[in-house]
Amino acid sequence: MNIENISLSRRTFLGGVLSTGAFVIASRFVPGTLSAQEAVFNTKADTAMLHPSVYLGIEPNGTVFIVTHRSEMGTGIRTSLPLVAADELDADWSRCRIEQGVGDTRYGDQNTDGSRSIRDFYDAFRVAGASAKSMLVSAAAAQWNVPASECTTANHEVVHAKSGKKLGYGALVPAAAKLPVPKAADVTFKPKSAWKFVGKERKIYDLDNIATGKAEFGLDVYRDGMVFASIEHPPVLGGVIRTLDDKAALAVKGVSQTVTLDTIKPPVQFAPLGGVAVVGNSTWAVMQGRRKLKIDWNDGPHASFTSEPFKAAMMARVQTPLKVARNLGNVDAEFAKGGKVIEAVYYTPMAAHASMEPPAAVADFRNGKVEVWTPTQNPQAVQETVAAAVGIDKKNVICHVTLLGGGFGRKSKPDFAAEAAVLSKKLGKPVKVIWTREDDIHFDFYHTTAAVYHKAAVDAKGKPTAWLQRSVFPPIGSTFGAPGPLGFELDMGLVDTAYDVPNIRAENSGADVHVRIGWFRAVANNYHAFAAHGFADEMAHAANRDTLEFLLDMIGPGHVIDLKAQGVDYANYGAPIEKYPVDSRRLRRVLEVAGEKSNWGKRKPGNGWGIGIAAHRSFNTYVASVVEVEVDAQGRVRIPRIDQVVDAGTYINPDRVRSQFEGAAVMGAGLAMLGEITATNGRIDQNNFDGFKVARMNDAVRQVNVHFVESGNLPTGVGEPGVPPVMAALGNAIFAATGKRVRELPISKTKLV
Amino acid sequence: MVNLTVNGKPHTYDGDPDMPLLWYVRDDLRLTGTRFGCGAGLCGACTVHVNGQAVRSCQTKMSTLETKTVLTIDALAANGTMHPVQRAWIAHNVPQCGYCQSGQIMSAVALLKATPAPTDADIDRAMTGNICRCGTYQRIRAAIHTAAKERA
Repeated sequence: MNIENISLSRRTFLGGVLSTGAFVIASRFVPGTLSAQEAVFNTKADTAMLHPSVYLGIEPNGTVFIVTHRSEMGTGIRTSLPLVAADELDADWSRCRIEQGVGDTRYGDQNTDGSRSIRDFYDAFRVAGASAKSMLVSAAAAQWNVPASECTTANHEVVHAKSGKKLGYGALVPAAAKLPVPKAADVTFKPKSAWKFVGKERKIYDLDNIATGKAEFGLDVYRDGMVFASIEHPPVLGGVIRTLDDKAALAVKGVSQTVTLDTIKPPVQFAPLGGVAVVGNSTWAVMQGRRKLKIDWNDGPHASFTSEPFKAAMMARVQTPLKVARNLGNVDAEFAKGGKVIEAVYYTPMAAHASMEPPAAVADFRNGKVEVWTPTQNPQAVQETVAAAVGIDKKNVICHVTLLGGGFGRKSKPDFAAEAAVLSKKLGKPVKVIWTREDDIHFDFYHTTAAVYHKAAVDAKGKPTAWLQRSVFPPIGSTFGAPGPLGFELDMGLVDTAYDVPNIRAENSGADVHVRIGWFRAVANNYHAFAAHGFADEMAHAANRDTLEFLLDMIGPGHVIDLKAQGVDYANYGAPIEKYPVDSRRLRRVLEVAGEKSNWGKRKPGNGWGIGIAAHRSFNTYVASVVEVEVDAQGRVRIPRIDQVVDAGTYINPDRVRSQFEGAAVMGAGLAMLGEITATNGRIDQNNFDGFKVARMNDAVRQVNVHFVESGNLPTGVGEPGVPPVMAALGNAIFAATGKRVRELPISKTKLV
Repeated sequence: MVNLTVNGKPHTYDGDPDMPLLWYVRDDLRLTGTRFGCGAGLCGACTVHVNGQAVRSCQTKMSTLETKTVLTIDALAANGTMHPVQRAWIAHNVPQCGYCQSGQIMSAVALLKATPAPTDADIDRAMTGNICRCGTYQRIRAAIHTAAKERA
């Protein structure tokens, strides 16, 4: 085992709260080749005769079992990581079986967020495949009495070309299993020219099952003797029951009982919210029973939360000096010189993840142990949260990870799994907890609301000389009891602007928190990027220059940006900065390619047609987005085309990378156009997809073109980085089409004509 | 008492007449291919066919199904042969998380039955009730056009 620590600095307070494995962007924790740790649950890879890695095992019949320990929520990771191992092994893909790992620290980090599964486990899976291959080759060489160096591998066989001898992997397993597992540092990887799977299109493992309805999601788990539960949560966070009348609920056929659950206490972490569970013998019965509960709630202090005044206060606050998070040169001195100075305030509301599968879990507590089946992004957090909720050691929690019907960050937080476990312990039988869509919208860990302020000076040549950026938002830190935003929240688009402006200052403050705040796809990048790259377009217009030309000029030739020298303790998405620097040459390149591949500069905007551009680095990946819009006489927006130019280094399964950037374009544009969650007196105003609107077939972008920059760099994130620049480019396109600068989301609330 | 046919098999139901078909196929028959997304007819994840028409099973009461014929995604592939729409979905690698795709496919099959060569506007009309939060709409549209060609 080796734990590669990164600077935790502003995050170290987390020590006593939850383990780092439960937290977004914490330490990188990658296991060695074979863990000495006892398994929580033995996989077929574990019990296979040849077992060189926790991720891989081979049976004498030649079947290769590969364990994916990261969660499948649509990125294709369940297929991509095994492809990496199978490629190094020179395996026949049709003889590889994928297993989903349970929550178990021996796999290393399992929190499938932060777009880092490939970045952090690419090498671990290469080692798994290469170790097995090396053992098989050694076994063959010994049997043939030839040097191992004369043996090669191809398609599930070891070959000795000189003698024409060949042996299948399966036949070599018994001998190979007797050999020592090579040290990770001693295995060699295939050269890129020999890659058979990596970089090639490959269908996801579950594709046929999805198309035929056989794919098993969390909601599809049924256990013998299981009962169902639907939970009425406190409508305001922290609310407690004054009186409960459950007579009518209990009279519903199929309802067996109600169970009152303790109300959550801060810090909320991932603990259950509390409320009243209605238990019965079918989903429908408990949903009906729940409607008949009569509860008088004492809402508590968070009933003060109403979005409109809260927004006004944030908008005012962000226009005052805040805590400095980055400082380069002296922006004040530059602003004092006069010349062209512009400023603007941007606003983004809260949003819900609204993954298509609502939260659900089945838990079976017996003999001091819990078995859980749930669509979680983070099975180790399930172990910890469930263990804390029922008072057992986390080693006694087996968390089976089903497919996830979407995640987007919500399913990193396993409050619903803990609810099922608490109920199962109380009732002495397996319990399935099902959240309704209304529960999902009302009790999310929300994408936070933010106010962002920008001010810039542009000189007579149209070059920016000073840039001041500020943001105010209720932070994710609050979920863990931190007094304000955590470092990584600022590191996502506030303090890491890669443009070469001589004077830059970034400032920030938290805001009061009245709901649970969580991470949503691309997290703080969304509001920071929407504002920053919208404002960059404003600067270009103020300078009377073409935006692309302005942005390229603001980058210059590009270089590695040393944020540390500017007072920024930059988390860099948990990746070592030496290997994954902030490199504005790569930002420049994606912009250049965007200019070539899109319709940029080919048609004059106006008269209801517009085009907008934005570029953003997030999750160590560089993306430029070009959005085209048509705005009709009624002000309706249509998005005919978005171009996404991506530099994510190396692409494991290019079609799945492409699909992530297609989806990010849809989600980013949908969020910017439509997405809004608001509260009145602490209660969330939206209930379902009629209130919280998301992109649909008729209003989604019609065509997304994804272009890869083959930079040959290490693989970096693809799940999230496609979202932020789309949001800004969309706003810029609408400005180009209509002359209206929409600085407040959702755009649908602004009358465009 | 409701007598109905589900995926070619006769069934008798004598529970709550207001229970939606969704929970009957999922909880009672354990045909879990039909997904729960909103419970309000707003997302299309629960789309099935009743007498050949696409309906939202979360809004279809059991009491309305006497003598009706229900088809769910679980039996769309007949005798192991996938429907052309399923094949097109696979050819275009449509799904990401896959959760909404049962409903998308059932809506698309009904669309092509009624409109064998749909235009983009036809596709918008038929598919706008089916949300895909992963944003696979572009590939869904392409797959429907492909399936239409294959059937033609």
